Amino acid sequence: MPADSLPSDAQSAPASYRGSHAFCRRVLPWLPVAPIALITAIPVLVVMSALADPDQEIWQHLWQYVLPELLVNTFWLVLGVGLGVTILGVSLAWLTAACEFPGRRFFSWALLLPLALPAYVTAFVWLGLFDFSAPLPTWLRDEYGILALPPVRSRGGVILVMSLALYPYVYLTARAAFQGQGRRLMEAAQSLGLSRWQGFWRVALPMARPGIMAGLLLAIMETLADFGTVSVFNYNTFTTAIYKAWFSLFSLPAAAQLASILIFFVFVVALLEYQLRAKRSYAASTRAASTPTRIRLQGGQGLLALAWCSGVFALAFLLPVGQILDWTLDVWETDLDARYLEFAWHSLLLSGLGALLVGALALTLGYAQRLHPTPALRVTARLATLGYALPGAVLAVGIFIPVAWLDNQLIDHLGLDGQILGGTLAVMLLAYCARFLAVSFGPLESGLGRISRSVDEAAQSLGVVGAKRLVRVHLPMLRVSILTAAALTFVDIMKELPITLMTRPFGWDTLAVRVFEMTSEGEWERAALPAAAIALVGLLPILFLIRNTDHAKA
Amino acid sequence: MLKLRNVAQAYGKKQVLNNVCFNLAAGEIGCLLGPSGCGKTTALRLIAGFETLQSGSIQVGDVEVAGPHHSMAPEKRQLGLVFQDYALFPHLTVEANVGFGLGALNRTERAHRVADMLRLVGLTREARQYPHQLSGGQQQRVALARALAPKPRLLLLDEPFSNLDVELREKLSIEVRDILKHEGITALLVTHDQHEAFAMADRVGVINEGVIQQWGRPYDLYHKPRNRFVADFIGEGVLLPGIVMSAHQVKVELGLLQGVDAAESDGTNCLGFGLGADVDVLIRPDDILHDDASPLQAEVERRAFRGAEFLYTLRLPSGARVLTQVPSHHDHAIGEKIGIRLDVDHVVAFRKSAVVKHRTPS
Repeated sequence: MPADSLPSDAQSAPASYRGSHAFCRRVLPWLPVAPIALITAIPVLVVMSALADPDQEIWQHLWQYVLPELLVNTFWLVLGVGLGVTILGVSLAWLTAACEFPGRRFFSWALLLPLALPAYVTAFVWLGLFDFSAPLPTWLRDEYGILALPPVRSRGGVILVMSLALYPYVYLTARAAFQGQGRRLMEAAQSLGLSRWQGFWRVALPMARPGIMAGLLLAIMETLADFGTVSVFNYNTFTTAIYKAWFSLFSLPAAAQLASILIFFVFVVALLEYQLRAKRSYAASTRAASTPTRIRLQGGQGLLALAWCSGVFALAFLLPVGQILDWTLDVWETDLDARYLEFAWHSLLLSGLGALLVGALALTLGYAQRLHPTPALRVTARLATLGYALPGAVLAVGIFIPVAWLDNQLIDHLGLDGQILGGTLAVMLLAYCARFLAVSFGPLESGLGRISRSVDEAAQSLGVVGAKRLVRVHLPMLRVSILTAAALTFVDIMKELPITLMTRPFGWDTLAVRVFEMTSEGEWERAALPAAAIALVGLLPILFLIRNTDHAKA
Repeated sequence: MLKLRNVAQAYGKKQVLNNVCFNLAAGEIGCLLGPSGCGKTTALRLIAGFETLQSGSIQVGDVEVAGPHHSMAPEKRQLGLVFQDYALFPHLTVEANVGFGLGALNRTERAHRVADMLRLVGLTREARQYPHQLSGGQQQRVALARALAPKPRLLLLDEPFSNLDVELREKLSIEVRDILKHEGITALLVTHDQHEAFAMADRVGVINEGVIQQWGRPYDLYHKPRNRFVADFIGEGVLLPGIVMSAHQVKVELGLLQGVDAAESDGTNCLGFGLGADVDVLIRPDDILHDDASPLQAEVERRAFRGAEFLYTLRLPSGARVLTQVPSHHDHAIGEKIGIRLDVDHVVAFRKSAVVKHRTPS
């Protein structure tokens, strides 16, 4: 049966049928969808136009003094973190998915916990602990005369910390891939004379490659987008350079120029990820049902596995969390003042408003797509959710430039004074919408997908249509999806740093901004209190994720 | 009560329905029966209003709900629908599901109607449960109660029993028929299962490639198929070669058959084929009886045990094969010769070597 004969796609078939009605059907869904797509499209186009129309003077300066360092730094960072997350993620996934050793059950979910900590929090704890003047190295020098501790504030240090913070992406996808393989293929390999170790390299690993790649590409996107970690380490990348160009040199065009180069890299990675996802959905449908028998690691091997898992868990989660708690206990009496409550209030307000707004837009998008499942609308929805790949620093520039232009127009033509939109919450919220629409859209889209079409038709045949149907049928059925979407977006906005930092109203600080300011002054202890609050909130959706993926049971 | 006139529908180049016409009287249960992809579900969705009619007209009661230039919205048509997957609202209790379409009634009226409906389908005790707590058969009955609650002018059922296991399917189809008959509901179901169609419906339309091949009582479909498709699709049987002897007589290997009609699409009587012409006669298993005293002998070639009876495939001396249904205490081995005799009431003959014509517009 050709696709065009499916009933759901056939509604526009009779061309002569009620012209005005067909017009409404074709145009109406775009009224809400087009503006939503523009929120993402405009900043991308603004930033890209900087690449198409380079300012000679700025370009020359960048090319001579800035770009070489950025390109080299970014290259090593992506390579190092890519390698790091792959080694950590795949090894941990294989151990917890296919092997049996003491503590496996615990680690299978606990190893996801580092997702709750923003990378910049892990970063400043590590600096606070291991930097040259920190207590531990000082103590080692004084007591034992050990001078050769490798410097943590280095390229290797950034790569290590970011790998520890981002490996869960690979762990999650690789583990799902290993679990989905079932045991039959490994048994087949063994029957053909391969040892289990050989089977891992020749069967399990190649088969899990799409899953591993997917996680790896997500981790690389996060690496390219990262602003907080690299600025804590003073490791110059595109995101920090954009910030400096804008806020130290006050050159928005230079910032836009840098952003346009970064967006190019990001698109390459996003494209790879998209292609992989199209393939992977096919692979996932041929999932084997049998549960694998685990490889029992005996004696020394088991201890080794235990040591590896505990080591990673300790460095990536226990150490940062413990140190933050320790510092928090030291400083909370002096730091927990009215100002601090204001940061928290700002964070909550912003995350709450953002989650609401993003959720509403995502629901509109998903609902329009459901009511009018045309290819054009589907593609537009995809484009609108591409903002997740955009680094916050790029988005901040891409949103601020048109808003500033609009402000100038308003000032010129209406004779208004000062900034009207620029430096208001509206700019931040717009940027959040572009960046986090996908976070909300994902759960809502799959939630809507689970509601069968005959439910719609059942309601309609009983006389319940339009808004009534939305309220009486769809919203109640989507309750869990809506909560998930809101929670994920809330936490992501709470942790978000570059957009908040670059577009907030003057002096309008949040918890994340507070962490940034304290760490940029090297006051690690005083960054601990806001970081603890962020981590605490961040833990909630991770626990939810763990419960949903049944890691505890496996 | 339901009238379809020249309904045609195409998606792209594929003609899904072609010149479909049928009537359903008030209180009758109709059925569209056909293989998957034959267009029967499209017909149902056109009547319900979920597809836009391209040509022809559909009338429910005195109202034309869809015609060449207008189409009434599904929610205005006052039809009840039972979906293949039931489409119960998972977030509502059984009670709330059944009361969902009763927005026009006040609270007490609604409660009464819901209680009545639940009593009708025998689910009073399950009123406060949620759909996922019910068995498949119970969910099916909730779907039925929900569709009947607003007193629809016509009930449409889309493969209503296909998600149930065979035993339950039969039991429930009889139950549902009783409920519909008791309430005097006009209903149309679509299915690919002839047992379901025969158990439920007063009128059955066999549909293939978008064309209604035959519309009539189950008995007529079985014994007087209009064309080879219907003969083949409904029931079991074989086509036995014969020679036309007179208007209603055909000679076959087993003897002279009396009361033979030409299949409707091939003419009025057998003389239409010409005297002495070669024809194929449809012989059902119940047209042949096992009789040890009969001089006619046939060899058992295959046997299928069906509990109360055997279905034997027999080889005649000429090599032609016939089927016969025999009570199961007549246990014969393969290769054994048994006596048979014809017991033909009325059978139909088809033109010999005619290209199998499924598309025979009326």
